[in-house]
Amino acid sequence: MRTLFFLLEKEFRQLLRNRQLIRILFIAPMIQLILLPLAADYSVKNVNIAVLDQDHSPTSTKMIEKIKSSGRFRLTGYADTYKQALAMVEQDKADLVLQIPLHFERDMTRENVGKLYIAINAIEGTKANLGGAYLSSILNDFNEDIVTESGPINPSPNAPQITVVSSNWYNPHLNYNLYMVPAILVTLLTSIASMQSAFNIVQEKEKGTIEQINVTPIRKYIFILGKLIPFLVLGLLLFSMGLVIARAFYGIIPLGSLWVLYGSATVFLFSMLGLGLLLATYSATQQQAMSLAFFFINIFNLLSGVFTAVDSMPNWAKTLVETFPTSHFIKIMRSVVLKGSDFHDTAYHLGAMALIGLVLNTWAVLNYRKTA
Amino acid sequence: MNTEAVIVTDKLTKRFGPFIACNELTFQVDKGEIFGFLGANGAGKTTAMRMLCGLLNPSSGKATVAGFDVYTQANRIKQRIGYMSQRFSLYDDLTVSENIRFFGGIYGMSISDIKKKTSALLSELQLEKEAKTLVRDIPPGWKQKLAFSVSIVHGPDIVFLDEPTGGVDPVTRRQFWDLIYEAADKGVTVFVTTHYMDEAEYCNRVSIMVDGVIADLDAPARLKTKYQVSSMEEVFYALARNAVRKAD
Amino acid sequence: MKQLLVFIRKEFLHVFRDRKTLLMLFGLPIAQIVLFGFALSNEVKDSKIAVVDYSKDIMTRQIINKVGANPYFEIESNLKSATDIDAAFRKGNIKVALVFPDNFSTDLIHTGTATVQVIADGSDPNLATTVTNYISTVIADYTASLSLQEGHPVQVQPEIQMLYNPDLRGAPNFIPGVMALVLMLVCTMMTSVSIVREKELGTMEILLVSPFNTTYIILSKLAPNLLISLVNLFIILVLSDLFLDLPVKGSIVLLVFCSILFILTCLSIGLLLSISAKTQQAAMMGSLMGMMLPTMLLTGFLFPIENMPLPLRLLSNLVPSRWYFIIVKQVMLKGLGIGAVWKETLILAVMAFGLFAISLRNFKIRLQ
Repeated sequence: MRTLFFLLEKEFRQLLRNRQLIRILFIAPMIQLILLPLAADYSVKNVNIAVLDQDHSPTSTKMIEKIKSSGRFRLTGYADTYKQALAMVEQDKADLVLQIPLHFERDMTRENVGKLYIAINAIEGTKANLGGAYLSSILNDFNEDIVTESGPINPSPNAPQITVVSSNWYNPHLNYNLYMVPAILVTLLTSIASMQSAFNIVQEKEKGTIEQINVTPIRKYIFILGKLIPFLVLGLLLFSMGLVIARAFYGIIPLGSLWVLYGSATVFLFSMLGLGLLLATYSATQQQAMSLAFFFINIFNLLSGVFTAVDSMPNWAKTLVETFPTSHFIKIMRSVVLKGSDFHDTAYHLGAMALIGLVLNTWAVLNYRKTA
Repeated sequence: MNTEAVIVTDKLTKRFGPFIACNELTFQVDKGEIFGFLGANGAGKTTAMRMLCGLLNPSSGKATVAGFDVYTQANRIKQRIGYMSQRFSLYDDLTVSENIRFFGGIYGMSISDIKKKTSALLSELQLEKEAKTLVRDIPPGWKQKLAFSVSIVHGPDIVFLDEPTGGVDPVTRRQFWDLIYEAADKGVTVFVTTHYMDEAEYCNRVSIMVDGVIADLDAPARLKTKYQVSSMEEVFYALARNAVRKAD
Repeated sequence: MKQLLVFIRKEFLHVFRDRKTLLMLFGLPIAQIVLFGFALSNEVKDSKIAVVDYSKDIMTRQIINKVGANPYFEIESNLKSATDIDAAFRKGNIKVALVFPDNFSTDLIHTGTATVQVIADGSDPNLATTVTNYISTVIADYTASLSLQEGHPVQVQPEIQMLYNPDLRGAPNFIPGVMALVLMLVCTMMTSVSIVREKELGTMEILLVSPFNTTYIILSKLAPNLLISLVNLFIILVLSDLFLDLPVKGSIVLLVFCSILFILTCLSIGLLLSISAKTQQAAMMGSLMGMMLPTMLLTGFLFPIENMPLPLRLLSNLVPSRWYFIIVKQVMLKGLGIGAVWKETLILAVMAFGLFAISLRNFKIRLQ
């Protein structure tokens, strides 16, 4: 234990002395946390719609008016042919095409059913989903309007009606920042924790000082602990600054307890630092450590549900993501910050992270050889 | 002089695949002795030293250091030895006194011992003014002397020096050897590899390795008589000229 | 010319000697394309639903079955009381809750109206909106089917067709993005590191005192990276075609031409970086931290650029990958020709040659 004290003293001295590193470690992520949510606005504000009205009837005009006045869509233009409408999509001027075919109104009066054709550019999935959903709900309203208003063409005035009352809990104004800021903080911690712990050991390897440590009677796990703890402290400090920024710039105040947040952050950092240490034991040069760390960081950050929902992935990918500490911590952060989840609610994710951390760190200790 | 043996090896061998770096090394080093370990580049000196320090597991053979077995008691050995390698081994982003404190600390010295030792060591090296200077900012010659002093700060029985004077000017080398003599006078056994033949003259006994085996081992004066030459340089040449392995 | 070949040969030897890095260079894009191509999707699928049914009659059961049969949803649990909803949300399993009040069908039959409550977990705003709208649609369908029994309702029936990407896979959007990201990083990082390494080792001086033209030295540094990037591009295209069902719909010549322009731009950025970086670590950090985030964010493949505040939108115009991303989407996915992307191609060309000229000039000045 005394040995650990001297190791920690040394690590902190070295860390604090490296001004340039401290700057990179603190200022860069904080700027990112302030700026990124501005860029990471996934909310779909305006869906551009091109209309191909081949009917030119009062009903079709009424419907177009209804879509325009919904506030969800921006009418970019009327097309005369389907080809023209499609060209608008190809040039990214329109996200979807609403085609009202000839005899639309006539079919509605005669057969009570009017068919509409909607073509959505599905390359940007989120926009396609939302655009489709918005349009469907407007058409539902339109149907109800007909049912209630137009008695003459409606044979059954007493048609049953189910009213859907919808509400959004935890985030009633559907503010996208509430969702993104906690997750972005996690991705920043992911990068810094794994990268720094990997670098640190490899640097000692490159400089040769690790050899000097290896001839001392230091135990392997003490040495690894001596590397873990300083970066854990650093990570928690960064985490705290992140929470402060989230509050100052985005007004996000965690609903849940800080104990849960800090407890999970500690377990998360433990596992990510373990990954860095493990990568360091496998690399001989900083360049190798860097490319390995980059590989994992990229996969963790892109697959952990920051940008796309884990739920919509295929099963094998869901299983894979279960082994990413980043994914668990993002879930914890979002639910604790937004919904006020407690230890009991997050127990599964906490346990998973602890297990992953234990495996990675044990592996690192075993693979770190004082003797060859 | 006390003739208690502190390093004993018996057919110590290290293989890397088909390559035999050290082949059946058998020798003893006595307490307080300055033992020179000579050889051309690639002869296997560093490998042998790394096995004795517990940095490398031997392939076969036996060895004890300070009475402990290199296979099973590596950690006990590490308590009793100091080590300084050709690759410079202090933290250059720590100050002089912080380095002393750190290495003293991980060898389990008490804070008050470390303080006493630090001031003694600094005055001995005349580095008092540089106590708060980062190691990277002090001249190379001083760094080497400091590294040696730090490697024996915890009072080890044996200190292993792996080409400690590589790239150092003759004056500093001389001073460095003064430090080694001082340590030896205090009863520290010194095990040193080098390829400066003038340094070989300073040793009590030298072993000359050629192609992974010990070609000869004796006091420098007796080796010179045996090969009927006037310097260690010539002894070495007589033994090493038939080497098969080329440098590196 | 012969000197140039000698140099290029030396550079290739450097690259092919370092097997580990080489493995990373090719392994990284392959692994990421496969992972992201298969795993990422924007489709709303299997969103878990909790149901609170106070009424428990035929109608509510019919609606629940209808919702459950929809591929968007998966009925996760039946809660006894609406007070349990909060706990279920906080555990994070369910995304939306459906509450049927007491006497649901009685109300519907006698008064003609009934109310159902849809409560979404609003923490993910887009998912909440989408899911609520889909449930409303399912319920509207059900209402329509009820009216059908009583007579014919008047209604508009939309037929929705998803263009280009019917399954709403993430791949079509992500592959062009990952292509841009991978090419960008490999080019800038490898170029800057390979030059800075020679500076660190001191071999750069030896090259500079040799009577060779500096331009040759730079060109020979760029050659292996250009080749590696092209091989990477080729691998990505083949993988997308074979495994992700994303063939190059447009002209492959046009795509390769634009890719070369983009690669040249990135190589020049790497050169510029190497001029200011003193150590390999600085060069790597610079290309990673300085390039990765802007590329990921301002390219438009993760977040729509139109949503960003004006300064960021303006800034995104300077990011080469933004233009390359548009070109790849138009040419590879939509099969459009040069007519659709001439503007972007021109911008890339200007960037490529402008940056190359600047870096070449700076490199020479600095070395004198």
